[in-house]
Amino acid sequence: MTEIKDHLKAERTYLNLGPSHPAMHGTLRLLCELDGETIVKAEPEFGYLHRGFEKHCENSTYTQCIPYTDRLNYVSAMMNNVGFCKAVEDLLEIQIPEQAQVIRVIVCEINRIIDHLVCTSTNILDMGALTNFWYYFNVREKFYNVIEKLCGARLTTAYTRIGGITKPLYDGFEAEVKDCIRDLVKAIDDVEGLINHNRIFLKRTVGIGKISAEEAISYGFTGPCLRACGVDFDLRKDQPYYDYEQYDWQVVVGENGDTYDRVLVRFYEMRESSKIILQAMKRIDRQAPVMTSDRRVALPPKKEVYTSIESLMNHFKLIYEGIRPPAGETYSATEAANGELGFFIVSDGTGTPYRVKCRPPCFPIYQAYAPMCEGGLIGDAIAILGGLNIVAGELDR
Amino acid sequence: MNLELLKEKFPNGILELGVDKGQNYVKVNLAQLHDVVKFCKEENSFNLNVLMDIVAVDYHTQEARFELIYIIYSIPLRHRLRLKVRVKDGESVPTCSDIYKSADWAEREIFDMFGIQFNKHPNLKRILMFEGFEGHPLRKDYPTKRRQKIPVMKEVP
Repeated sequence: MTEIKDHLKAERTYLNLGPSHPAMHGTLRLLCELDGETIVKAEPEFGYLHRGFEKHCENSTYTQCIPYTDRLNYVSAMMNNVGFCKAVEDLLEIQIPEQAQVIRVIVCEINRIIDHLVCTSTNILDMGALTNFWYYFNVREKFYNVIEKLCGARLTTAYTRIGGITKPLYDGFEAEVKDCIRDLVKAIDDVEGLINHNRIFLKRTVGIGKISAEEAISYGFTGPCLRACGVDFDLRKDQPYYDYEQYDWQVVVGENGDTYDRVLVRFYEMRESSKIILQAMKRIDRQAPVMTSDRRVALPPKKEVYTSIESLMNHFKLIYEGIRPPAGETYSATEAANGELGFFIVSDGTGTPYRVKCRPPCFPIYQAYAPMCEGGLIGDAIAILGGLNIVAGELDR
Repeated sequence: MNLELLKEKFPNGILELGVDKGQNYVKVNLAQLHDVVKFCKEENSFNLNVLMDIVAVDYHTQEARFELIYIIYSIPLRHRLRLKVRVKDGESVPTCSDIYKSADWAEREIFDMFGIQFNKHPNLKRILMFEGFEGHPLRKDYPTKRRQKIPVMKEVP
């Protein structure tokens, strides 16, 4: 028997997954050493989308950095805008108006829903279930129509400004968002109906890519991937900002830390996010200001610019030299769709940041990807990758 | 979080304790860095169990050129601490990847971007830039407009 086995024993083969492959979510590359169809060793390689975000920031004014942040996690661009602006506001120690906070909460939660829709639908799509993809992308399309109306762009939004928001909400915003949420709840129900007792889906996800809570914490997991392991950690609850503690919602926590839990945590989070949106929309007041009146960051009203020399100079300096925070440094974190999005900013008192460091949530998560794949099949590697929600724009910066 | 505890434990290792815009920070001697990080994780009253990120800043005009900032967070106790350490050009830093797994790639990124060496790191090689890239792009003396040719990829594997 052993002789036959030795004879049959094949050599290890090498497979290069990506960087240009539809299932590799962006430009990620995984070099696999295979024994049959089992991955024995995997080595991830990335950086194909590296465009020097941090170096760019060092040569731009603070306001000019905002469009660069759109391109970090392009699936939920507004959350990056909010994260960066919050960091600069912390550096300046500015309090933004309440109405701006409410709008930021609403757009953040809309973007969280969009991010989860993309992540879960493509994850299930990679396992061969196409219908769910259309159910979710229809809703996503509707949400993007709202965002397009709100700021003129769908993906590259640049919606926030340091000190507030570019422009207030348009009339009829609430009705449209409520309509979207109605569709969203129906879509989640439809998709859950299709996958909850689907044996293929369960076999492909339950127990696949399992990671324990201790291991996940050590790897620096945050967001839905950590909560799927059973750790109750959400910055919106733990270190609340923008009055998140005043809304009635719950942190969704999983149990097993496998791909199945990661998908389901996102499903439930979308329901929680829509709860927050509905509550926040009750606080909308179109008369209230959405931009701080602090002249260190806010442009003076046009009328004043044309009539008084001080305002004209103020305007000129803010545009030409940029916002000048006092020398110092700060780390500011927000709960983005994927986990903790942190910005560490060092200012030397000039109009350009001395150093901007972005902590993308998927960078530490991706580190655990290769160990999670090892010992599994190639198909599992694809299912795990979708569940981790790696966005190359954010990973490579 | 009683930071004075750190001072009692490491009388020579802690250079400064402070609060900056509501965030705690501790300046640490490079020689004691590994022990301090380990203590922060294991001490029960700190319980700093996640290393969120390591940030490097290049102050190229100063003698101790680089500053490394370790941002650590405690999930159960909900507090954050920044450990700051100054590193001279050419000096190597002890790795923390044996304490926190997330330090592995964070240190690789710093090596890639700033050229700071980490002692006993399991796999210190470039992470974002390609192999064969010359220099370290986030150093302040790396010119913004410099362009480098991407080498032809070698055979796989």
